[in-house]
Amino acid sequence: MLRRLLQAALVTGWLLAASTASLAQELLGVPPLSGRVIDTTNTLSAAQREALSGKLAAFESSNGTQVVVLLVKSTQPEEIAAYAQRVADAWKIGRREVGDGLLVVVARDDRRLRIEVAKSLEGAVPDLAARRIIEQHIAPAFKAGDYAGGLNAGVDALLQRVRGESLPVPQARGNAPDLGAVSGWQDLAIFFFVGVPVVGAVLTSLFGRKFGSVLTGGAAGGMGWWFTASKVLAVGAGLLAVLLVGLLGIGAARGRRGGGTPVVWGGGGGGWSGGGGGGGGGGFSSGGGGDFGGGGASGDW
Amino acid sequence: MAFKRFISWLGLALAAAALSGCGYNDFQRLDEQVKAGWAEVLNQYQRRADLIPNVVATVKGEANFEQETLTKVVEARAKATSIQATPELVNNPEAFNKFQAAQGELSSALSRLLVVSEQYPNLKANAGFQDLRVQLEGTENRITVARNRYIKAVSEYNVLARSFPSNLTAMVFGYAAKPGFTVSNEAAIAAPPAVSFDKPAASGAGK
Repeated sequence: MLRRLLQAALVTGWLLAASTASLAQELLGVPPLSGRVIDTTNTLSAAQREALSGKLAAFESSNGTQVVVLLVKSTQPEEIAAYAQRVADAWKIGRREVGDGLLVVVARDDRRLRIEVAKSLEGAVPDLAARRIIEQHIAPAFKAGDYAGGLNAGVDALLQRVRGESLPVPQARGNAPDLGAVSGWQDLAIFFFVGVPVVGAVLTSLFGRKFGSVLTGGAAGGMGWWFTASKVLAVGAGLLAVLLVGLLGIGAARGRRGGGTPVVWGGGGGGWSGGGGGGGGGGFSSGGGGDFGGGGASGDW
Repeated sequence: MAFKRFISWLGLALAAAALSGCGYNDFQRLDEQVKAGWAEVLNQYQRRADLIPNVVATVKGEANFEQETLTKVVEARAKATSIQATPELVNNPEAFNKFQAAQGELSSALSRLLVVSEQYPNLKANAGFQDLRVQLEGTENRITVARNRYIKAVSEYNVLARSFPSNLTAMVFGYAAKPGFTVSNEAAIAAPPAVSFDKPAASGAGK
């Protein structure tokens, strides 16, 4: 009796473990948005990737619409439409105020692909048009094994359709993609000007003003290095912290009370953060405005 | 002095309560979000209902198409559109469930129709039907997305309506928890799907 019970428990446990394990590996994760053409299968050569990505970048700077191509091996067990929707929801490609984004997802080994269209482009690229582009421009080349050719033809056809739509043209030097980066730097600046006085107060009370301020500078520099991976910025942050705590006495235990002063010095923080923005921004980031409501079409080859 | 201090404390407490305590504004925001989500769901259901007559007309043109499948779609559509789909449906769980059941029936009748249509070479070659098919697929996708968003909005709203202290606000202003989507036939989903190619294939190939 006991043995049978044990056996049953063992079997249930094993089943449970198996089911959770299969759940854990079930769905394909959304890759980080590292560029306009993301190839996790190494199907495209570097040159092909560069060329396609250059075309998409040129289109974004002239028309503003963001287009991203993603190649994965397989989306199994998920249907490609569901996977593409998850990716689109996570990336939200498209300008913040316009929301014009297109996403092309290719599941190479499933021989399935999908064009995902943001809501604001559903007029320019209706489901039927997306379907035709897949059938007439992409699938024939894919059948012949020419992935780069198919993607190029498909992207050309897509861009052609978007050109026909009257969308607001981008401002002189794409401000929109920088928005995300700037707010990130503001967070960092706030962190810096709140964190440094607090840490400074603790360290100077423990080690005295001179040594404490040097320690605070070191800590700030270390944090800066950790966050931005830039040594110049890290040294700058460290020196600024020493200046703040050691010379001006902000946050120093025996100095003035650091209640209002850091706010005044917030202006200086703006310069510091602005200087770093260029380094952290990188090449491409999502505008964050694309709202994908399931528009587009799937196809196979 | 003591009185002045009391007043200032009272002011502080009032301000804190007004700012964060009762969650009244959150209710406004989330209630509106749920309504908008529901309107989008209805919008997509409507789009599907508008497409179906065209699909039915095209399929009717195919001689000896499996009549049972076709009638089921027509009936399910009639049933689904007969229910008045108002935004207030969200606040009436019974009517909501009835509406959902009708739409679910239509979904399964439609997917059955699309599967069966695969057996008819004429339909497969018919560009008009293939276009309708793409549009139907797109609509089903949109319905899925709209439903998912509605579910998320409702769960956010319901958490607020049930957790303390915002549940007191909900009680005072009458914000009840809202229904999400439930699967209409749980038993049918738990059972493995039975796929049979016998009947439709025979009737399709036999003509």
